[in-house]
Amino acid sequence: MLTAIVVLALLSIVFGLLLGYAAIRFKVEGDPVVDQIDAILPQTQCGQCTYAGCRPYAEAIAGGEADINQCPPGGETVILQLADLLGVDPKPLNADHGVEKELPTVVVIDEQVCIGCTLCIQACPVDAILGAAKQMHTVIKNECTGCNLCIPPCPVDCIAIVPLEPGINEWKWPLPDKEAETTP
Amino acid sequence: MMPMKLGQFHGGLRLPGCKADSMLSPVTAAPIPPRLYVPLKQHIGAAAEPVIRIGDHVLKGQLLADSDSHVTAPVHAPTSGTVVEIVEHTVPHPSGMTAPCIVIETDGKDEWRPNLSAHSQYHLLSPNELRQIIRDAGIVGLGGAGFPAFLKLNPGQDKLVETLILNGAECEPYITCDAMLMQERARDILDGLHIMRHAVQARHCIIGIEDHNSAAIAAMQAALSKEEQKHISIIAIPTRYPTGGEKQLIKVLTNKEVPSHKLPIDIGVVCHNVGTAFAVADAVLRGIPLISRYVTITGGAIKTPQNLITQFGTPMAFLLDHCGLQRDKLSRLLMGGPMMGLQISDLQTPVIKTSNCLLALGPGEAGDTHPEMPCIRCGECARVCPAQLLPQQLYWWSRARDFDKVQDYNLFDCIECGCCAWVCPSHIPLVQYYRFAKTEIWQQERDKRKSDHARDRHEFRQLRMERKKREDEERKRKKKELLQRANAGKDETKKSAIDEALARVQAKKAQQQTESRNTDNLTPAQQKQIEAADARRANQTPADTTGDEGSEA
Repeated sequence: MLTAIVVLALLSIVFGLLLGYAAIRFKVEGDPVVDQIDAILPQTQCGQCTYAGCRPYAEAIAGGEADINQCPPGGETVILQLADLLGVDPKPLNADHGVEKELPTVVVIDEQVCIGCTLCIQACPVDAILGAAKQMHTVIKNECTGCNLCIPPCPVDCIAIVPLEPGINEWKWPLPDKEAETTP
Repeated sequence: MMPMKLGQFHGGLRLPGCKADSMLSPVTAAPIPPRLYVPLKQHIGAAAEPVIRIGDHVLKGQLLADSDSHVTAPVHAPTSGTVVEIVEHTVPHPSGMTAPCIVIETDGKDEWRPNLSAHSQYHLLSPNELRQIIRDAGIVGLGGAGFPAFLKLNPGQDKLVETLILNGAECEPYITCDAMLMQERARDILDGLHIMRHAVQARHCIIGIEDHNSAAIAAMQAALSKEEQKHISIIAIPTRYPTGGEKQLIKVLTNKEVPSHKLPIDIGVVCHNVGTAFAVADAVLRGIPLISRYVTITGGAIKTPQNLITQFGTPMAFLLDHCGLQRDKLSRLLMGGPMMGLQISDLQTPVIKTSNCLLALGPGEAGDTHPEMPCIRCGECARVCPAQLLPQQLYWWSRARDFDKVQDYNLFDCIECGCCAWVCPSHIPLVQYYRFAKTEIWQQERDKRKSDHARDRHEFRQLRMERKKREDEERKRKKKELLQRANAGKDETKKSAIDEALARVQAKKAQQQTESRNTDNLTPAQQKQIEAADARRANQTPADTTGDEGSEA
C-alpha cells in the first residue's frame, strides 16, 4: 500500500518535472494562429474591417471578436481560406465593410494639383507615396496596395483611383465554359 | 558507342504526319518586308530594354535591346534600316495582347554590322566565355519554349553532364523546320553540338531523330566523321507523339526518368534543340547573332507549303501571302503545330524566335469543334498521358478551382501536349482547364508575394514610427533636462552675484564706518579756521551776490 503511494508520488513528480521542462524548453512564442490568419489576409492595411490593419484584424479573429467576412479586398478567396483554416462555415462578405473589387486598383496623384501638404504620405500604411513638404508627391505604383487611405486627408482632392488592368504577364487563361459564352 | 536499348515513355499517340507537303522544295530566304516589328520579349524571362533611339539607322546584327536581368536574352536587328518607332503591337501570346515592339523600316540593303567577332578556335575559350558569346547572340531554345540557351548550357558547379542530347524529334504533325535544317545544314548542327559539348563538358552526345525522317538521319550520318562517331551517336527513335518533349526524349534515349519537380541536369542530362545548335554554331564560328530562323509555312489554306529562313519581326501576313495564303479558305492560324500551337487572331503578329511553324488550317482541317460533354470517367486520358498523370483528376479539381488539390496531382508536371484532349470521347478541352489552373496558381503566387511585400513595408513603417516616437520623446526629455539644469545653474550664479554685491556694499559700509575721516583729530587752530570759514560762508553768501552785482555796475 505504502509502496504504491510512494511509487505513484515519485512518478507524478518525475512526469510533472518533465512537463514543466518541456513547457519551458518548447515554449511557442506569440500566437501561431494569428500568424496563420495574417498570412492569409491581403495586407492592404485598408482598415475596412474596422481594425487598424491586417494584423489587428487577425488578432481579433483569433480572439473571437471579429467575423471572417469583414475583408473586402480579400473577398471570397480569403473567406474560404479563413473558413478552411479555422474550421468554420464560410459565409458571404459582410456588405457593411464594402464590396469586393473586380480589378485591383491603385491610386494616382494629379501632380499638377498637388500642393505638397504631406497628409497623404502620413496616411499611407506602406510608404508608397514619395514627396516632401511643399514638393510634388507621387505614388509608387508597385508599392500601392489600393487601400485608398490617402484619399480622405487630401485637401485638394487630387488623388484618383485607377483599376490595374492585367498586362500580358498577368493574363490568365479563362475557364473553357466562360470562353464558350463569350465567343460562340 | 555501343548500341543501347531504347526506352519507352508512357502513353503517347500515333498522329498523322502531314509533313511531306512542306518538304518538297529546298529552303530559301524569305523576302524582307517593308516593316519589321521586333518584340522586346521573344523568350522566357525579363523583356529586353531598347538601347537604340527612334530615328537611328541600324545595321543587320546590331544590338537593339538588352537587359541586366539574369534570365533574359538580347534582341538584334534582323536587317538594316531605320528605327521608326517603338510601339505596342500584337505579339504571339495566347491572350492576343500587345507588347512593346521596335519597328524597323527596312532599307532593302540588308547591310551587315562590321566587325563580327568570329571564334573559329572555340575550344581555346572557357565554357564561361562560350556561354557569354551565346548569351550576347540572343540565343534561346528554338524548340518552342524559348528559354535562354546560355542558362541551359550552365550545368552548375558540382554537376557533371553525362549526356548532351540534341533534340531532332520534331514530333508534332505539319512541322518540318528541324527536319529541313538537319537535311541542309547537318555540318553546322554538328559544329554547334561540339561547341555546346565543350560548354557543358559533356561526356557524350546523342542526336535523337524520329525514324520516319530518313532523309535527315541520312544527312546527319553522312556529315558525321569517323572521329566524331566516338562521342556522338545518331539514334533513330520510334515516331510517337510527344517524343520531342524533353523528358520523354530523355526517357527514350537514355531510359532514365527525370523526377517530378527536377530538371534533366539533376540526372546528368542536358537537352537542346537542333535549331539551337545551328544558332550556336552561327554565333560562335561566324559571330552572327540570332536574327532569323527556319519557319515552316503550311496547312490547307497555303498554296505552296515550304520552309523559309525568316527574319524575326516579319509580320505573319507577309510570310503567308508569300506562300500563297488563300484567305477565304483560312479557318484557323496557329503558331506551332496542331497539338500545342498557339492560336493567332491578328495576321500582323510578327514571327519571333520561338515561331517554328505557321499553320494555316483550311476548312475541315482544324477538326470539328464538338460541344463539350460531361466526363464519363473512361480513363482514356490517363492511358495516353506521357507524364503519367491523372488528367481526369486534374480536370475535376481545376474545374472546382481547388488549386491545392490540383497541385497534389502534380499539375505542374503536365507538358500541355494535348494527348488527353485528343482522345477524350466527350471532347473536353482538358488542356485549357490545366492552363486555367496554372495561370490562376501563378496569380495567387504573385498576390502572395505582393501581400508579403506589403506586410514587410507596413511592419517596417510601424517600426519606424515607433522608433521615431521613442526618439522624439527621448529628445524632448533630454532637452527638458538640459533646460532645467541650465536654469538651475543660472539662478545660483545670479544669486551669488547679488550676494557678492551685497557683501561688497556692506563691507564698504563697514569699512567707511571704521575708517577715520579727515575731520577727526583736528588741531584747535584748524578747528577755529573751519568755524570761521563756516561763519563766513553763512554771512557772505547773500553779500557775495550783491558784491558781484555792484562790481559790475
